[in-house]
Amino acid sequence: MRHLLTLRETSQADIQYLLDTAYALREILERPVKKVPTLRGRAMITLFYENSTRTRTSFEMAAKIMSAEAINIAVGQSSVAKGESLKDTLLTLQSLKADCLVMRHSASGAAEFAANHSRIPIVNAGDGRHEHPTQGLLDMLTIRLHKGDLAGLTVAIVGDILHSRVARSDVWGLTKMGAKVRLVGPRTLLPADGDRLPVEIFDDLQAGIEGADVVNVLRLQTERMDKGLLPSIREYARLFGISPKSLRAAKPDVIVMHPGPLNRGVEISADVADGVGGIQSVIEEQVTNGVAVRMAVLYMLMGNAGSSQDEN
Amino acid sequence: MQSERSENGSAFGSAPRVAGGKDIPLMDADDIRRAVTRIGHEIVEKNHGATDLALVGILTRGAPLAERLGAVLRQIEGVDVPVGRLDIGLYRDDYGVNPADRPGLAPTDIPFDVTDKRIVLVDEVLYTGRTVRAALSALLDLGRPACIMLAVLVDRGHRELPIRPDFVGKNVPTARDEHVKVLLQETDGDDAVLLVRSED
Repeated sequence: MRHLLTLRETSQADIQYLLDTAYALREILERPVKKVPTLRGRAMITLFYENSTRTRTSFEMAAKIMSAEAINIAVGQSSVAKGESLKDTLLTLQSLKADCLVMRHSASGAAEFAANHSRIPIVNAGDGRHEHPTQGLLDMLTIRLHKGDLAGLTVAIVGDILHSRVARSDVWGLTKMGAKVRLVGPRTLLPADGDRLPVEIFDDLQAGIEGADVVNVLRLQTERMDKGLLPSIREYARLFGISPKSLRAAKPDVIVMHPGPLNRGVEISADVADGVGGIQSVIEEQVTNGVAVRMAVLYMLMGNAGSSQDEN
Repeated sequence: MQSERSENGSAFGSAPRVAGGKDIPLMDADDIRRAVTRIGHEIVEKNHGATDLALVGILTRGAPLAERLGAVLRQIEGVDVPVGRLDIGLYRDDYGVNPADRPGLAPTDIPFDVTDKRIVLVDEVLYTGRTVRAALSALLDLGRPACIMLAVLVDRGHRELPIRPDFVGKNVPTARDEHVKVLLQETDGDDAVLLVRSED
């Protein structure tokens, strides 16, 4: 495995390896001195064409804990603003002798395009509405830490599925590991190709989360409101918002996840987000697990840096 | 890393090497038990008791040996010596040297503060010394022990670094193309030490 582009194309063995490795690496995050020397002398560049705080910071933390250099390219201040193409930007960055490129782009498939033109490992940190594989992995690690084996679990993903690259990575990753996945949301926010995904689809919240072991709540992307996909936020919150009451349909030990950022009172109530009244909200753990997962990804891919040069 | 572990199929998930009928037994279960018991006594003697002692087993097979030493120390001195386990994968000196190799990592679990402890590092075979070097770096990242000692079940020679053991179960002169395979009940379902001749 030279790149991490999608979970759809990542084998079950590779996913298992990444989750096991991330699990082992978590311990470092609890140390007083969070530093191991493994990736010393290697450099990771982050190239984000879309806004991000947590994903980019998480990759930077991961690289620095593993002793790699972390260099961020602010696209707005770069040659991209002068009209440089993605391909030329890539060629320049690998000529700078970076060992790994972490990329976010608004176009689905941008990461694969980059991989086709790159001699160094590419990590997809989100491409359009396609995939966000490290988020999928951190969701899986979080579930595994709470539920043990992923096989046989029922995971309900609730909300704006249509625009969500998180949902797609979750679907492919979780089903590969034997979990059952349900997509739950209003019909206008469910994907048109839902019948070709290995999932069950629900447009009713109660039916969709009944008996679920995990409820993963997606952010309602209010910018989508302009397109007339939803009548009102208030109606969405009433029908699809996750509250202590709506959670009663799920299993009593259900865990609630959210990839962030949160719209409190819209897709998730404050009580659920904060874990009031015995509700198991694992949203903060997801952020921590994200660092461990990205450490595992860098550990796996940067060890391959030698092979990519051999091929050329 | 050209270490004892790569041949023993331990920490990094490869299957134990099977050499058809060429294994020469070096120690059986009783020999291993006696060696561990003796090392336990030597540790207590050298440290004038078990005060501030802690055991750290290098994964995979050093960990059960550390547990066994812990049980011996409990018998001799009547105290529970803290036992931890250490994965050295992040501290190997050959990361990325062989990209086809995909070393697995296991969780390090040191349930005590190493600072000011007298630590006995435990591994099954001492060979090049590179694994022990990695373990020393890993331990020192966790704090500042009062001292670190090294206990191994088998010392097979061929050091590539200036490292020596403090406690040895058995010294075995070997050729470089031979392998020392340690089987333990906890990891392999059997207790034995075998000398494996390479098959070429």
